Amino acid sequence: MSDAFIFDAIRTPRGRGKANGSLHEVKPITLLSNLLNTLQSRNQFNTFDVDDIVMGCVTPLGDQGADIAKIAAIAAGWDDNCAGVTINRFCASGLEAVNMAAMKARSGWEHLIVAGGVESMSRCPMGSDGGAWANDPETNMNTGFMPQGIGADLIATLGGYSREDVDAFAAESHKRAAAAWQKNAFAKSVIPVVDQNGFEILTHDELIRPDASTDTLGQLKPSFQKFADMGFKNIIKEKYPHVENINHMHTPGNSSGIVDGAAAVLIGSQTAIDQYGLKPRARIVSTALVGTDPTIMLTGPGPAAQKALNIAGMKPEDIDLYEVNEAFASVVMRFMDDLNVSHDKVNVNGGSIAMGHPLGATGAMILGTLLDELEARNLKTGMATLCVGGGIGIATIIERV
Amino acid sequence: MSCIQYNKDENQIAHLTFDKPNSPVNLMDNEFFTSLSEVVNKLENDDCVGVVLRSAKSTFFAGGDIDMLYQTSKETAGDLYNFLEQMKGDFRKLECLGKPVVACINGAALGGGLEVVLASHYRVAINSPKVTLGVPEVNWGLLPGAGGITRLVRMLGLDVAMPYLTQGKLFRPDEGHKIGLINDLADNEEQMLAKAIEWIKANPEMVQPYDVKGYKIPGLAKSRLSLPVAGAMVKSATKGTLPAPQAILATMVEGSQVDFDTACRIESRYLVSLACNQVSKNLINTFWYQQNEIKSGKNRPKADKTKFTKIGVLGAGMMGAGIAYACAVKGIQVVLKDVSMESAEKGKDYTRKLLQKRLDKGRATLEKMNATLDLITATDSADELAGCELVIEAVFEDRGLKAKVTQETEAVIADSAVFGSNTSTLPISGLAEASCRPEKFIGIHFFSPVDKMPLVEIIMGDKTDDETLAKAYDLTLQIGKTPIVVNDSRGFYTSRVFETFVKEGAILLHQADAAEIENAAWLAGFPVGPLAVTDEVSFTLIDKIAKQTEADLIAEGKTVSSHPGEAVIAKMVAIERSGKLHGAGYYNYPKGEAKHIWPELNKMFKQSDTSIPLQDIKDRLLFTMAMETVRIYEEGVLRSVGDANIGSIFGLGYPTWTGGTLQFINSYGVKAFVERADELAEKYGSRFAPTEQLRSMAATNQTF
Repeated sequence: MSDAFIFDAIRTPRGRGKANGSLHEVKPITLLSNLLNTLQSRNQFNTFDVDDIVMGCVTPLGDQGADIAKIAAIAAGWDDNCAGVTINRFCASGLEAVNMAAMKARSGWEHLIVAGGVESMSRCPMGSDGGAWANDPETNMNTGFMPQGIGADLIATLGGYSREDVDAFAAESHKRAAAAWQKNAFAKSVIPVVDQNGFEILTHDELIRPDASTDTLGQLKPSFQKFADMGFKNIIKEKYPHVENINHMHTPGNSSGIVDGAAAVLIGSQTAIDQYGLKPRARIVSTALVGTDPTIMLTGPGPAAQKALNIAGMKPEDIDLYEVNEAFASVVMRFMDDLNVSHDKVNVNGGSIAMGHPLGATGAMILGTLLDELEARNLKTGMATLCVGGGIGIATIIERV
Repeated sequence: MSCIQYNKDENQIAHLTFDKPNSPVNLMDNEFFTSLSEVVNKLENDDCVGVVLRSAKSTFFAGGDIDMLYQTSKETAGDLYNFLEQMKGDFRKLECLGKPVVACINGAALGGGLEVVLASHYRVAINSPKVTLGVPEVNWGLLPGAGGITRLVRMLGLDVAMPYLTQGKLFRPDEGHKIGLINDLADNEEQMLAKAIEWIKANPEMVQPYDVKGYKIPGLAKSRLSLPVAGAMVKSATKGTLPAPQAILATMVEGSQVDFDTACRIESRYLVSLACNQVSKNLINTFWYQQNEIKSGKNRPKADKTKFTKIGVLGAGMMGAGIAYACAVKGIQVVLKDVSMESAEKGKDYTRKLLQKRLDKGRATLEKMNATLDLITATDSADELAGCELVIEAVFEDRGLKAKVTQETEAVIADSAVFGSNTSTLPISGLAEASCRPEKFIGIHFFSPVDKMPLVEIIMGDKTDDETLAKAYDLTLQIGKTPIVVNDSRGFYTSRVFETFVKEGAILLHQADAAEIENAAWLAGFPVGPLAVTDEVSFTLIDKIAKQTEADLIAEGKTVSSHPGEAVIAKMVAIERSGKLHGAGYYNYPKGEAKHIWPELNKMFKQSDTSIPLQDIKDRLLFTMAMETVRIYEEGVLRSVGDANIGSIFGLGYPTWTGGTLQFINSYGVKAFVERADELAEKYGSRFAPTEQLRSMAATNQTF
């Protein structure tokens, strides 16, 4: 059986996911097809040889409806022989695309795959695809549906994290992201978004606030108290009866930012190295998925990481760097508690609180960030992990080759 | 067409008059169903120009056949489904005739009755407060399944229809007119009929608005935005224990996404599942059959009916003031006496405040407020009580004081007047010893706050006569409350069972976190947790009652077996955390903030880090109250199963879904209940042990 290798990983900068964001004017199909062409020109493979394109997209309707992966390939002028599939594993979609591509490569049935994701949250707002969990009363009531922000507050309550703790974590994310941009840590992989004339539209992540502090972040009002008070505070009683009150502390300032962006990762088998002459940067050591309580929803990363470590025969200390998606500050703080890992090894270049979380693409983005930083520090092993809707957790371990 | 008379008038308008033979009301039963089918078939081949729906009864239509729904089981569920679908098919034919159909609503149209109305194109109602409209099926664990949800959602939209469906909110014609459900109002029957005929002549061709192509359900897109939280709101109101509001919400939303006929099928399927659900059986058992028995006076001795015009209330504290309000608001003159004019006036102010609130909310007029206040005479003189047909004392729970006011009162009231005591725990026969006519002495136990609590527990002393009971019963009904009747005993029924709830909460603190206890109570369906309610009534009071009981029992030469929870309560009194009034109890009461559980509470009482299953906490609260009820019933203190059930829900906050303390045992299965009670007894103490009588009921498959 062949290993699955990573040859390249690129992304767009992340633009504010609102009408006043820089990427709002750029269609998601354009974000994606331009990235595909950049990937091809950087790696010089023949698009005829690409077996499949797997793209994560969490709100696949309207501008990103139908199968945007295949349509982007057609739009990019890639060979007709190249297929494409759009997948939705909520916030894990981008990393799931990578893992699926890795499985394809390891299966021996496919050899060259592009994985990644796209999300224009300014054009296709989060939740606009509806779905039974939130919108079908029978399903909603019978399964303990709860908005995930309340889950994040519940995690903080259970972990004893204070408002100051989560704000401090958020401020650090901004500080690290700003420092990373300053030392060009993302230069290898961020591809500026340009228009049809070649004019630059966005070259950097748009949401970072280097001056963010616990003082400024502390001014923001908790976002989820009002939803809890409308009734969700009662929904937790069955599963968390020892909690008297949820301590609400997550705000737009210590939660992931809403942004537009896309990512693409080139993955393949030994055949791709031997026959197409591609140079591997890393191999994918293991991947894992778990399901945890869907009501609190966001506690998956710890158990998923543990499962990926078990599959690889590793221990937490064998991992040199971690990328844990900063959906909410408490999610990463709990992960560090679960695995007893220091913040020094986690999200060293900041995360989604500072740079944003383009739902379908984030998993692929943080995998690229991880690989770049392992190379920059000349370290070997890294893990990317995300919390996921419905209580899923996902993790991927990579190793430089 | 035995239930529906068919007549054609000179305008070629067909009049369908609902008139169920040998019945005071029209019912949506099998007989009606047959008549409806026949009449609709006739109309399809008729040359009439329009149809008027009328009633020959004083009400328009009483509703569905609750016996049929109560008897539905898994085995007969298919019959109910077919019945519903066929009846809906007939209603559908009626509204799709192409000819105008007008409903003339002369009186109440409830449940299935309103659903008949909804199948017409135009609805005229007599604008009278006697005309009550609504679909209250949710109260019996059911839903309006004759097209009611489907039509109301289409006509009103999800948001506007919500309270009428999920809460069974009743309304008057003027409100119906405002929301667009009633098209026109009339002053009398003649005018109503004239309007109906006029409208038919002006609108020879008619389809329902929702059958016109392109029809949009009002506000649907906006309502859909709040769907994620709608379920949590419904569950918060029902604590997740009542299936009907949840099924109604689901039916509303699912039906709004499909065509009319599909929506009707969805509605039928949900109704059938509710009708088969045990919770619906519990609710119908207690809130239909047993409550109707109480209302119709099953426990009232045969005696002439009394209509009270003037009563006295002794003691103008919280309870006395509340009783005065409850009576005055129903038009009864009240003499409110306390030791000083100042205290008596303060008690009267309570009524003023409550009425002011009603006035502010537009639920009362200034005229009505002043008239009600004028009915209350505040006084410090017992002489004013002369002429009262009944006097209730609500003074402190002190035997000496109660004896004194009894004698003072009896000196001025007529020999025929009743003296009632609002004691919550002191045996009535003992209090009656101070009376010179103990046969007219009776316990009339109100619950706090009197204006909100619907129950009155009437307690018979050894010597109380039937006429006195009948009078107390009549007064209770006259002020719109529900009476239960019990025999004399320490704590009667409700206080004794209430104590087991409070004390179980206390003893649970040794094995569970305080928050877990309160949340378990919530999940079991209790309106307030045992710890919060203890803070409300105060530890001092509970401790005092426990000590009084102990002293009384010793004096009577009986054995004293104290409840293990009493030590916790005594400890709380000792450390001066006696409840909300004292500013501290199981909870802290920080100024200007919501109360929260005292952080030291778990440390003080929890014996180890081990925990017990959540289900055990829920069951301990439910079972301890049910077992105490069984003992009280077997002792003959309770006189009927219905009183036990109604009393536990209305007076004690026993969860509604259970149908009451004894119905809980029935629905759990007496045999299964005994097994579980034995288990709890073994794990947690003998207070859960089933009685021998209950064991024999289990063995012989008997129920309450």
